[in-house]
Amino acid sequence: MVDWPVVAAIVLTIVTASTPLLLAALGEVVAERSGVLNLGVEGMMAIGAVSGFAATHATGSTFAGVIASAIGGMILAVPFAVLVINLSVNQVATGLSLTLFGLGASAMIGDKYVGVPGIKLPQLHIPGLSDIPFIGPVLFGQDGLVYFSVVLTIAIGWFLTRSRGGLVLRAVGDNHDSAHNLGLSVLGVRWAAVLFGGACAGLGGGYLSLGYTPLWTENMTAGRGWIAVALVVFASWRPARVLVGAYLFGAVTILGFHAQGMGLAIPSQFISALPYLATVVVLVIISGNKAMLRANTPACLGKPFVPTR
Amino acid sequence: MQDLAAAAADHGVQPLLRADGLTKRFGALTACDHIRFEIQPGEVHALLGENGAGKSTLVKMLYGALEPDEGQIVWNGQPVRIGSPAEARRLGIGMVFQHFSLFEALSVAENIALALPHLPRRTLADTISRVSKSYGLPLDPRSTVADLSVGERQRVEIVRCLLQEPRLIIMDEPTSVLTPQEVDLLFVTLRRLSSEGVAILYITHRLSEVLALANHATILRRGKVVETADPAQETAGSLARMMVGSEVLGIERPPAVTGTRKPRLVLSNLSLSAEGQFGTPLSGIDLTVNAGEVVGIAGVAGNGQQEFFDAVSGERTAATDQAILIDGVQVGRRGVNARRKLGAAFVPEERMGHGAVSNFRLSENVILTRHATDNEVARGGFLHRRIARDVEERVGERYDVRRSTADPKAGSLSGGNLQKFVVGREIDRSPGVLVVSQPTWGVDAGAARTIRSALVDLARGGAAVLVISQDLDEIFEIADRIAVLSEGRLSTLYPAESLTMERIGLLMGGIHGEQAGEDAPAALKDSSHAS
Repeated sequence: MVDWPVVAAIVLTIVTASTPLLLAALGEVVAERSGVLNLGVEGMMAIGAVSGFAATHATGSTFAGVIASAIGGMILAVPFAVLVINLSVNQVATGLSLTLFGLGASAMIGDKYVGVPGIKLPQLHIPGLSDIPFIGPVLFGQDGLVYFSVVLTIAIGWFLTRSRGGLVLRAVGDNHDSAHNLGLSVLGVRWAAVLFGGACAGLGGGYLSLGYTPLWTENMTAGRGWIAVALVVFASWRPARVLVGAYLFGAVTILGFHAQGMGLAIPSQFISALPYLATVVVLVIISGNKAMLRANTPACLGKPFVPTR
Repeated sequence: MQDLAAAAADHGVQPLLRADGLTKRFGALTACDHIRFEIQPGEVHALLGENGAGKSTLVKMLYGALEPDEGQIVWNGQPVRIGSPAEARRLGIGMVFQHFSLFEALSVAENIALALPHLPRRTLADTISRVSKSYGLPLDPRSTVADLSVGERQRVEIVRCLLQEPRLIIMDEPTSVLTPQEVDLLFVTLRRLSSEGVAILYITHRLSEVLALANHATILRRGKVVETADPAQETAGSLARMMVGSEVLGIERPPAVTGTRKPRLVLSNLSLSAEGQFGTPLSGIDLTVNAGEVVGIAGVAGNGQQEFFDAVSGERTAATDQAILIDGVQVGRRGVNARRKLGAAFVPEERMGHGAVSNFRLSENVILTRHATDNEVARGGFLHRRIARDVEERVGERYDVRRSTADPKAGSLSGGNLQKFVVGREIDRSPGVLVVSQPTWGVDAGAARTIRSALVDLARGGAAVLVISQDLDEIFEIADRIAVLSEGRLSTLYPAESLTMERIGLLMGGIHGEQAGEDAPAALKDSSHAS
C-alpha cells in the first residue's frame, strides 16, 4: 500500500528543494541570453539569503524579506555589470570572484544572525481545497514564492519568444555587432539582464533562508548557485526546460536522501554530483550536434562588447 | 513620385545624392580625399576601385557609420548630416553589407522585425513572403538564418532593405559570395529596382559586373576620384586601366617543359565522403601533376572543391595510402605535416580562420604552417620569432601586403591583403608541390598578377602547382593543363590550348566527351539548382 501522507511529504520537500534552483536559473537564463555569463550566482544567492533573513528579522514581515533578498542580489550584480559590461573585464574571472565575495560578505553580515530563529514564509491555505488528501497540500498549500516561480517561468518564456523586448535581448546575445549597427543599446540591454539575473538569484537565496529552512547559517547556499548555472546549460537556455530540470535536480537530491534513509547504499557524494554529471551528459549531446549547438547557445555568450566609433 | 524623380533625372535638375568633397583621414592615411560624385534617381551607379582605394570608407560615410572630416552630403538638394545608420535609413538610404549583419539564431521574420520596429509583427511574415516573391527572391519567413545558404542570407538582407522603402540602396561587393546562378538572379532584381526608380550604388572591383549592370561608374584610386565613366562607352580593359592607373598586363608564361617529366603529385582512385550536410563526395579521382607545370581545376563552387582540397592537403585522410603520392611517397593516410615535410604546401580557400588565425600576428601565422618543417623557425621545440618576422617582412614586401604597423595581427588586414600574405607565405617556402584554392579571390588586379606570375615561376622552377579556381580567366591564364571538377568527379586532363570557354562550360555541367550534344542545356540547368 502506498502511504499517501509520506509521498505528499516527499513531494513537498522536492518542491521546496527545487524552487531556489528554479528562481536562480531563470535569472541566469535571461542574463546569458543577452550574452553575459555570470558565474556569481552562488554569491548573489548567499547575499539574497542573508538580506532576506535580516529584513524579516528586523521588520517581522516575510514579504519585506523577499523584497530585500531580490534587492540584495541585484546590488551585488551592480559591480559585476560595471566590470564586465562597461569595462569588458573577463566574465568568467569576474563571476568567480563575485561568488567568493558574496559568500564572504554574507557570512560577515550574517554573523549576528547565526542561531537566531527565523520566520517561515506563510503557506497558502484555502479551506476545503487545501485539505484534500495529497493534492491539497501539494497544489494549494505552498508558499507564495513557489507559485511566483512558476508564473515567472511562463512570463519569461513569453517575454523571450513573443515580445519585442525579448527579441531585442536575444538579438544582443546572438550578434552584438549587428545589434549595435541596428541602433539597439547593447550595453543597456545587458545591464538590465544582469540586474534581473541578480534579483532572481537573490530571490532564490531568500527562499533558502525564509522557505526551505527559516534560519541563517554560513554557506547555506551549499553549491546551489552552481547547480543553477549548470541547469541553464542543461535546459539549453529555455525557461520551460529550466522548470523541468530544476524539479528533476531537486527530486534527485531529495530522493537520494530518502534512499539513504531507507538503507540503500548510495554514497551521498554521488548524489550531490548527479546534477553536474547530468549537465556534462547534456553538454556532450549538445556539442556533438553542431546544429543544436548553434541554435541553442547564445553566440555572444561571454564575449565583451566594445562599441566602435 | 518615381516618375517625377525619373523626369527630374532626365533633365539633370537635381541628383538624389551628391557627395561634396568628402574627406576622411585615419592618422597619416587619407582614405578619402575630397570625393565628389552624384547619383541620379533610378540609376545603377558603380563605385569601382582596387582594395584600399577608399570605397568602403566612402560608403560608410554615406551610411552614417563614419563621420566625414570634411565635406558634406547633399540629399535631394538639402545638405544633411548623417550621424548614424538609423538616420541614413530614415532618409531612405539602405545598405546591403558585404559581411552580413544578420542574427543567425533568429528567424528571417525576427531579423527583419528588428530592423523595422514600426511594422506590425502580426502581418510581417505575410509582407515578407509577398515582397520577396514579387522581386524574385523567395524566402520562408519562419526559417532560421543559420540554416540558410549564403545566397539566401543575402536575400534576407535585400528584402530587409526593400521593406524600408529606400530610395538609394548601397551594395558592398554583393557578388563576392554568390554562385554564378545567384549573381544572375541578383542582377535581375537590381534591374527591376532600378526601373522602379530606386537608385543603386554598387561597389565592386569586378569589371564585367560594371559593364553588365551600371549606367555610370565612378572610379576611385588611392582615395581620390580619378575618373567618371559611362560603362557603355568603355571596355573591361579601359576600365581596368583607370582603376589601376596603368596598363594591366597579362602575365608572362614561358612554355612548359615538354618531354618526360617527373610526376610529383599523383592521385589514384581517390574517394572521400561528403563534408557535412551540403558537401559533395569525391569518387574515383585520378590526376597526375608533373614537375614544371601548373594544373588548373575548374568548376562551380560546391562540386567537391572543399573535399578535394581536404583530401590532397591531408586535412581529411584518404582510405588508402596509395591514393595519394607526393614525390613517389604514399601519403594517403598521413596528415598535413607529414605531407609538408615532403615539400608540399597548401593554401585553403578561406583565408581567415583556415589560412590564418585572426588574433595572431603575421609572424605567428608564419610559424603555424612551418613549425613542423622549418628548423629555423622552430628548433627543438623553441620558437624563433625573429626568423618568423624576417619571413613576414620578406613576404610582405614581395607581395605588397599593405600593413598599418610592423607585424600586425592577421585580423587587421583587409581581405585582399591577407590573401596576398597567405599565398606568399607558402610560395616563400619554395615547395615542391603547391596546392592552392582560389589563389586570387578578392584580390585586386595588380596583386592578382603578382600572385599568378609567382605561381607560374614556381612551377617553371621545377615544382608541381595545382590550382583550384572558379575563375576561368585565371585558369586559362596560368594553367598548362586543365581538368573540371563536377559533382565530385574529375574530368580527364586537357592541355589548356585544346580547350575553349564553351567546352569548359559543358564539362562543368557534367558533360564529358561525345555526349556534348543536344542534352547539354538540360544538364547545365541540372547542375545550377543551387538554391
